[in-house]
Amino acid sequence: METKNIMIVGVGGQGTLLTSRILGGLTIGAGYDVKLSEVHGMAQRGGSVVTFVRYGEKVYEPIVEEGQADVLIAFEKLEALRYVHFLKKDGAIVVNDQQIDPMPVVIGAAKYPENILEEISKNHRVYKVDAIEEAKRLGNSRVFNVIVLGIAAQHMEFSKEEWLSVIEKTVPAKTIDINKKAFELGYNLR
Amino acid sequence: MSEKVLMLGNEAFARGAYEAGCKVSAAYPGTPSTEISENIIKYKEIYSEWSPNEKVAMEVAVGASIIGVRALASMKHVGLNVAADPLFTASYIGVTGGLVAIIADDPGLYSSQNEQDTRAVARAAKIPVLEPSDSAEAKEFVKFAFDLSEKYDTPVIVRSTTRLSHSQGLVELGDRVDIQDKPYVRDAAKNVMMPGNAKGRHLLVESREKALINDSCDFPINTVEYKDKKIGVITSGIPYQYVKEALPEASVLKLGIVNPLPRKLIEDFASKVDTLYVIEELDPIIEEQVKSWGIKAIGKDILTVQGEYSANMIRRAVKGEEISILPATDIPNRPPILCPGCPHRSVYTILKKLKIRAAGDIGCYTLGAVAPLGVVDTTICMGASISSLHGMEKAKGKDYIKDWVAVIGDGTFLHTGINSLMNMVYNKGTGTVLILDNSTTGMTGHQDHAATGKTLMGEATYSVDLEKLCRAVGVQQVHVINAFDTKNLEKTIKEAVVADEIVVIIAQAPCALLDKSPVTKQYAIDQEKCKKCGLCMKPGCPAITKRENGDIEINDTMCNGCGLCADQCRFDAIKSI
Repeated sequence: METKNIMIVGVGGQGTLLTSRILGGLTIGAGYDVKLSEVHGMAQRGGSVVTFVRYGEKVYEPIVEEGQADVLIAFEKLEALRYVHFLKKDGAIVVNDQQIDPMPVVIGAAKYPENILEEISKNHRVYKVDAIEEAKRLGNSRVFNVIVLGIAAQHMEFSKEEWLSVIEKTVPAKTIDINKKAFELGYNLR
Repeated sequence: MSEKVLMLGNEAFARGAYEAGCKVSAAYPGTPSTEISENIIKYKEIYSEWSPNEKVAMEVAVGASIIGVRALASMKHVGLNVAADPLFTASYIGVTGGLVAIIADDPGLYSSQNEQDTRAVARAAKIPVLEPSDSAEAKEFVKFAFDLSEKYDTPVIVRSTTRLSHSQGLVELGDRVDIQDKPYVRDAAKNVMMPGNAKGRHLLVESREKALINDSCDFPINTVEYKDKKIGVITSGIPYQYVKEALPEASVLKLGIVNPLPRKLIEDFASKVDTLYVIEELDPIIEEQVKSWGIKAIGKDILTVQGEYSANMIRRAVKGEEISILPATDIPNRPPILCPGCPHRSVYTILKKLKIRAAGDIGCYTLGAVAPLGVVDTTICMGASISSLHGMEKAKGKDYIKDWVAVIGDGTFLHTGINSLMNMVYNKGTGTVLILDNSTTGMTGHQDHAATGKTLMGEATYSVDLEKLCRAVGVQQVHVINAFDTKNLEKTIKEAVVADEIVVIIAQAPCALLDKSPVTKQYAIDQEKCKKCGLCMKPGCPAITKRENGDIEINDTMCNGCGLCADQCRFDAIKSI
């Protein structure tokens, strides 16, 4: 099988590392070779962060490059736009419909782009969700990233049971139930 | 087959030290090396500490080695500069118990002040360098390094990079080897490096290098893969992964040891391929040596000395491939920023208001250099804020620095800032020093230090009293003020900068991310009272945004309740909720 490339992008502090841990557990459980690459340190302080996940028979490079991503998971709209050129032409992009103004926008030195989702839709299949609203309805806004992951899971080859079993092993014991609910919600969203 | 697990490069380094029978580990945190020590504490067989700086960490490891125990020091590339003094002489002393230093470079400058290449330092120190290319090798190479260290009586550096340290890959776990401590034998000719003894040891260092140049040709950590011999590539570390991806048909010599170079192995490989490329990130360390032997090679003439490489970069450079991709969109940057509720923001807002410049230092507070705060004028290295301010004063006179302060964090102050403060007192400086005391090493992810009352292994310990420490080196005026007590802080800073003596102001408030308990207090804007003047946005808190209709709002998922915005408001429109 050809190596699969997944990217998770967002703003430092949004929980991209948890999502990549779940993906890592899933792919290794299925017997693949897998590499993940993360951002730590200064860049995490509210900056633009990106995580790469690659799995297949034999994976060399730990990063995904422009035009190679099969699935792009974006926790924030501007970050979706920043990395959309990493997607393959037939790749899928899942976008959490949230706007977090970067400092140049906050101080008026730049403008937050309008119609980001429409712009991305011109070239790609876009699946958008207001995951924070959905998560609040579940009772915990912090599980929004697992809802987004559930949508992305629709575009990957693993079964729902495989996903749920990894989530159970990865998240803190107290939050297993709500995270499973969050995943199912995303997985069933059409 | 034993269990395979997904491990971060740094986690695998720690596992390697464990399996190698390492008993002592010392480090100073620094991205991208921090997680090595954070993972070593999982192994109760290893004593592990945060030292106040890299020099101390290296010396702790050297001491353990001299007495016959396997020891590890780990740090980032710039930390090795601090530790260079013990390292260069440890090269002469050699080892009794194996001594390994894991040094993490940062090509691409994800979290560093320069892009220096550790291999160049190691060449100067005449110390062998091994370079793994994934997590599995990270573990194995550390084990090999300990054996090599004892066999050749030398410290060994294992070089990492950000991409290796912060990538996860599959690792097969092994057992810890049972290594007996070597007996300590009093031996001044080996362990006392005064001129007469060091002359003798220098001879041994030179013959050790010669032996390694030969013997390393047979090290199993070097691998040769012959395929199409039209293109041959010499590479090592993470660039190997890019080469395999970009040039699957090429013959590849992957070096596990990159200093000294296994000369015969390289000459043999070069003679068997038509065109030879050397593909290495940062400086042309391998390339220049290979060329100096009269071998034709292509390297930095088509590849850069800056930043990280990638498979696409190699495809373009070596094969001239046009890679058609959609262009990136020109959109606003998202630079790192101080967190909502960060106490540094409070201090910087005052400095900005008073139009005071800051000689800065290394930590989260370096972010005070960027808009909208923009108060930090200089950042050099750990501890340099105080000493460089002192240099400015000596260059231009005390009146010149009446609108300057030095800003330094608590961890950085204990790292090397204390020396600079001692110097300022000794040499009759009059500068103002702000110690931003957030009770942790913030930027690297909350590591303890000598003033937090806790060790790396989780034990309660003595906590250095920063105020007493400053008084002990001779500072007469030391003020301890809550970082959010803006009135008091502003008044004290105003008086301090014009005073004809050294004033240290310790601005205290814990890092906003340190307290993991739920936020109990938040602020909101009363839209009826709000005049939309934007004063509350001046400190640049990311939790405050202006909507398109002009309304200013506080994002309740981000606000940490510090109240700095309410402090700015002249219309009483921001209230705690």
